[in-house]
Amino acid sequence: MSSSEYALEARGIVKIFGNHVALDAVDFGLRAGEVHALLGENGAGKSTLIKILTGAYQPDGGTVLAAGAQVHLDNPQQAQAHGIGTVYQEVNLLPNRSVAENLFLGHQPTRFGLVRRRKMEADARLILKRYGLDIDPSSELGAHSVAVQQIVAIARAVELSGKVLILDEPTASLDRNEVERLFEIIRDLKAHGLAIVFITHFLDQVFAIADRVTILRNGKLVETRALDDMTRTDVVRLMLGKDVAFSGATGVEDARPMGEVLLDFANYGRKRSVHPFNLTIHKGEVIGVAGLLGSGRTEMARIMFGADAADEGTVKVAGKPASIARPTDAIGHGFGFCPEDRKAEGIFGDLSVRENIIIALQGKLGWFSALNRDEQMEIAGRFGESMDIRAASLDMPIKLLSGGNQQKVILSRWLATDPAFLILDEPTRGIDVGAHAEIVRTINRLRDEGLALVVISSELDEVVAYSSRIVVMRDREMVAELSGENINPGVIVQAIANHREGPST
Amino acid sequence: MSRSLRPLLATAVIFAIAYALAVLQFPAMFSTRVLGNFLTDNAFLGITAVGMTFVILSGGIDLSVGAVIGFTGVLVAVLISWAGWHPLTAFALALSIAAIFGGVMGLAIHYLQVPAFIVTLAGMFLARGGASVITQDSVPINHEFYDWISQLIIRLPGGGRLSFIGLLMVAVFIVGALVAHRTKFGSYVYALGGNPVSASLMGVPVARTTVAVYTLSSVLAALAGIVFSLYTSAGYPLAAVGVELDAISAVVIGGTLLTGGYGFVLGTFIGVMLLGLVQTYIIFDGTLSSWWTKIVIGALLFLFIVLQRLIFAASAQGEKAS
Repeated sequence: MSSSEYALEARGIVKIFGNHVALDAVDFGLRAGEVHALLGENGAGKSTLIKILTGAYQPDGGTVLAAGAQVHLDNPQQAQAHGIGTVYQEVNLLPNRSVAENLFLGHQPTRFGLVRRRKMEADARLILKRYGLDIDPSSELGAHSVAVQQIVAIARAVELSGKVLILDEPTASLDRNEVERLFEIIRDLKAHGLAIVFITHFLDQVFAIADRVTILRNGKLVETRALDDMTRTDVVRLMLGKDVAFSGATGVEDARPMGEVLLDFANYGRKRSVHPFNLTIHKGEVIGVAGLLGSGRTEMARIMFGADAADEGTVKVAGKPASIARPTDAIGHGFGFCPEDRKAEGIFGDLSVRENIIIALQGKLGWFSALNRDEQMEIAGRFGESMDIRAASLDMPIKLLSGGNQQKVILSRWLATDPAFLILDEPTRGIDVGAHAEIVRTINRLRDEGLALVVISSELDEVVAYSSRIVVMRDREMVAELSGENINPGVIVQAIANHREGPST
Repeated sequence: MSRSLRPLLATAVIFAIAYALAVLQFPAMFSTRVLGNFLTDNAFLGITAVGMTFVILSGGIDLSVGAVIGFTGVLVAVLISWAGWHPLTAFALALSIAAIFGGVMGLAIHYLQVPAFIVTLAGMFLARGGASVITQDSVPINHEFYDWISQLIIRLPGGGRLSFIGLLMVAVFIVGALVAHRTKFGSYVYALGGNPVSASLMGVPVARTTVAVYTLSSVLAALAGIVFSLYTSAGYPLAAVGVELDAISAVVIGGTLLTGGYGFVLGTFIGVMLLGLVQTYIIFDGTLSSWWTKIVIGALLFLFIVLQRLIFAASAQGEKAS
């Protein structure tokens, strides 16, 4: 039993919550020197398995073995002691403390009970250098970018644990360059014999970095396999357990007659936020917004909705000059906005699904015409069905739903107000493949019903699939408007990247 | 440098300016006598505020400290004057009771997941009520140990006197600063105040740290109660009403962020001194109502909350832009 093929192994793990079987006899083996992707839709049991491997949950059956020996992981500290370190999607470090302290917290070198700060910072500098970070270890962690914080988190996990590294969606908030930098570090750690579990929603990244993949579905193990002999379609099919038409037609270039002009933004902008832009939006069209993180995409959406007030330019709604300085104005004109940061700006976590659905409609109706409970139930029920919201009850708190279902609820919230214009900021970010397809279908359906939509997305394949025109943002400026056959990823990437070759336009 | 230093700097500058202005008007305020009395008069508040600094740094609040001071004063006075205990024995018992009291509050806050505000509010009523149950009257203390302590004085040139309790406060501040800034326990306190979820995932013993923080606060409040009884030679169940709010003010004026995670023990010292300065000024002036103290404290508090807001908002913007 002393030596084993696996650095970390789970055998027959069972985990039951109430009467719901979250994990049903799942086996998982992780070898030293491999990157092992763990995939599954939301609710497949990924996070439950990870929490068991990191000691956050205790299994109801089965055993966990580290280096071939059975271990009991009662808490994260014990997992750490067995060489298992974890890095989470939202950096779980302390932005208010120094980089060095974040690396060493709990393990600071001390003399007579006092922390030896100089030694700690010198040690930190050496470690950071190995991860390609040339930053001051005494600086506050919060002063650095998310990517740097993520690398610090990895450094901490590896330095403290050293055998197994679990990466739980580490790339969700990183841009392309940062992801590449992270991958270099992962490859380097792998070469040093670390066993790495990698969880992500991005299949591209799985194929770029992982050696093997384990796929879970509904709490059961579907397959563990080397990635070499698999295609993307194989992986998606195994995850969903069915064939899904994942990619729609590329480019909406059917000669559907464009509806009448709904919105006309002229020289519309806000200082230090978005340069003035001109944009006309017709009924029944989807405008895709492409651009890197920080290019001004979200800022553009916010001034369109009045979440930030524009300080120059004009907007006409259905031909008439309008003033949209506050979200209330926008809602009055039939606008809706699904923000990017669903947790912070979208959902009311402790309120029920029903309340989350009716709240914008109630806001539109005002204080004095409250929807009674039956009306609320009717509306919520209608959307729960048409949007296929998977909740045990419409009265359960929305925070208990998966990300994809939360997104459907927020979409329903706006659809309940019978909108003319919807702005969706990254509607498919961080949600599972099934819900993803559902949202894309919904976008297409709404367009066909005559709504105007602006959809911001980092997924070029996706933007291309449903947009009739694409607006490209760069450095807080609208730099291109693409239509027709120019709607393809190649042209968009070029438009985004143009400034590298020098000044343009 | 770091943004948490800026409020501290602001406090120090405001104190220096305020003191200079006061001295310009009343040159007598610049004397070792006044400075010595600063320490003596604010000793109990300072000691309480050190504990409060830890609590606030950890992201909590402790409303019970004023009541603990009152309870300790009464308990000590009754044990010495009525039961004939030696003061040191009485002190030991009072400190032990406070430790248990604070520990239980910490346990309740952590395990019952009840906000610190509520738990320590309950603690405040319990301690204040307990003090009034022991006696409703002011109990004088006449004991040679008290006389002996009050004669432990370092005389300064210029007629100033450093009293035992003033020096005790300085010692508490020094030890408090070391613990907060140089020990693992201190780093855990900041970690809790920064992000309790991260802290727990990073292996910080959250339960132990929470219990320790409230135990420390109650023990220091009891120590402040002992100091208060040495200062007044009496115990009174309604003593130190509202001191918890003075202590919170001193901590915030001293540059500690009320939401936790940022701040310095030394800043609290300056905060306490600034409050003391306001009181001393009003005594020197002689015509102002002592309620002006409250108005000035209110204005200062407001100023510092706005200041911190501006500093932290500005640096958050800087991060986004970079």
